[in-house]
Amino acid sequence: MIINHPLLGPRDAQEFTYLGDANLINRPDWQSENALQEFHDYLHLRDNPVGLHRELWFHEQGDRSWLVVTRDTTTHEITDVKLARDVARANRASEVIR
Amino acid sequence: MRYSGFRLFKEALTGHKGWAGQWRDPEPQDAYDYLIIGGGGHGLATAYYLAKEFGGARIAVLEKGWIGGGNVGRNTTIIRSNYLLDGNEPFYEFSLKLWENLEQDLNYNAMVSQRGILNLIHTDAQRDAARRRGNAMILNGSDAELLDVAGVRAMYPFLNFDNARFPIKGGLLHRRGGTVRHDAVAWGYARGADRRGVDIIQNCEVTGFRIEGGKVLGVETSRGYIGAVKVGVSVAGSSGRVMAKAGMRLPIESHVLQAFVSEGLKPIIPGVITYGAGHFYCSQSDKGGLVFGGDIDGYNSYAQRGNLPVVEDVVESGMSLIPALGRARLLRSWGGIMDMSMDGSPLIDKTHIDGLYFNGGWCYGGFKATPAAGYCFAHLLKTDRPHETAKAYRLDRFMTGHMIDEKGQGAQPNLH
Ligand SMILES: Cc1cc2nc3c(=O)[nH]c(=O)nc-3n(C[C@H](O)[C@H](O)[C@H](O)COP(=O)(O)OP(=O)(O)OC[C@H]3O[C@@H](n4cnc5c(N)ncnc54)[C@H](O)[C@@H]3O)c2cc1C
Repeated sequence: MIINHPLLGPRDAQEFTYLGDANLINRPDWQSENALQEFHDYLHLRDNPVGLHRELWFHEQGDRSWLVVTRDTTTHEITDVKLARDVARANRASEVIR
Repeated sequence: MRYSGFRLFKEALTGHKGWAGQWRDPEPQDAYDYLIIGGGGHGLATAYYLAKEFGGARIAVLEKGWIGGGNVGRNTTIIRSNYLLDGNEPFYEFSLKLWENLEQDLNYNAMVSQRGILNLIHTDAQRDAARRRGNAMILNGSDAELLDVAGVRAMYPFLNFDNARFPIKGGLLHRRGGTVRHDAVAWGYARGADRRGVDIIQNCEVTGFRIEGGKVLGVETSRGYIGAVKVGVSVAGSSGRVMAKAGMRLPIESHVLQAFVSEGLKPIIPGVITYGAGHFYCSQSDKGGLVFGGDIDGYNSYAQRGNLPVVEDVVESGMSLIPALGRARLLRSWGGIMDMSMDGSPLIDKTHIDGLYFNGGWCYGGFKATPAAGYCFAHLLKTDRPHETAKAYRLDRFMTGHMIDEKGQGAQPNLH
């Protein structure tokens, strides 16, 4: 598998380690009323979809950046790669607007 | 039809014309007392024990493809009872006891072979851990022996004892562990269940659940609606996608695990060897092929095939332990999808939906569990109470903090 790193270009997936669902970026608020349930769901439950999956990959043997990779879990085709930092910022920006 | 030496002799003399099919091919009925989704080892064993141990009822197994086409036919066939933790070891010991009596019980040759499993030790810390594990096993009624280097050398002189990074310092030998002909497990349970009246319905995919007022009424399938009083889901690597149809999210990710077989060789490896430091394990099939495997590919996958980097990794590990492996040709490799649970341990439990039960999260270790998982799931379906040995396999254990982290690596699939 080749991951098209937004800054470094195409890199072999072997240079990366995998964390899992990209929703892990969206950490729950520890002060919310439902924090216990929310953290349980966040830490342990997964959508585990067939088909497109947004997931976190760490460029451990490279520039040590975190990426959000959109990959098809049935074909391993990668359709989109973003810096996780940018995704997190965009998320935060949309929260402010909301 | 019962199988026996006499029967075989008679058929041999009459041109083998008397063998009948091993199970029927019934049309699905309108409704059942128990519907088991998934015709793998676990689903078929569940139906068998439900029919046999827990009294007569209308039971059906629904399989989307053909029975035995899933992980039960893709695994590396190792059975063992060498777990460490209290939540696990009694369950796997119960399973091994059922394996030991399986062929008599089913009247079916599943080639259960207790050829012994040797876990290699490479460091002093590993020896301490092995001693502790061995003691835990013995306390739970299993067997374990600690071997020194000479003991390992006597069994397997061809191993690479002088590996600079992982020198072999001994091994933990579990003599009652071994291998089983995996397809025959599915077939044997299917035949046994069928003979007790269970409908085994193949090419019947469950596409949805009918749930009203928090109670399951039946399932939608590719062959129409089928009503049920109780529904047990046992679909191995498809757990996430099937339970999503009931609106549930699980503590599970689907990952692929690969296995490999070499060309047929003369007998060289009598038992099973595991090499934890290099993530490699190997046994030899009765046909002579070396059967081996290693780690999961390590990212979510529903593709029933593996990727080359892991092939390289496994073969590299294998060569570092058994240099002679390099002279054997690799015949084939394949992958299976497993539900990796968050702590690496399985789930057998009622769901919050009345009448809907779940068995899954077996990671890469569910084959050895087949008889006990079937028995315990049947027990739960019938009595609504967990079986004595499966009490720890609850869905809420991540909420209550009762994780079963057998590998001691933490609660995340990419760690185990
Ligand atoms: C390469 C590999 C090596 C392994 N090695 C070992 C080992 O050495 N020892 C060990 O203990 N374990 C091992 N395992 C794990 C073990 O194989 C599994 O944990 C276990 O077999 C899973 O249970 P099962 O047999 O019932 O699953 P399966 O045989 O996969 O059964 C599930 C069935 O459900 C069906 N299904 C799915 N969705 C639907 C639907 N919607 N409707 C109807 N049916 C459906 C599938 O078609 C399938 O037949 C290995 C696994 C792999 C992949």
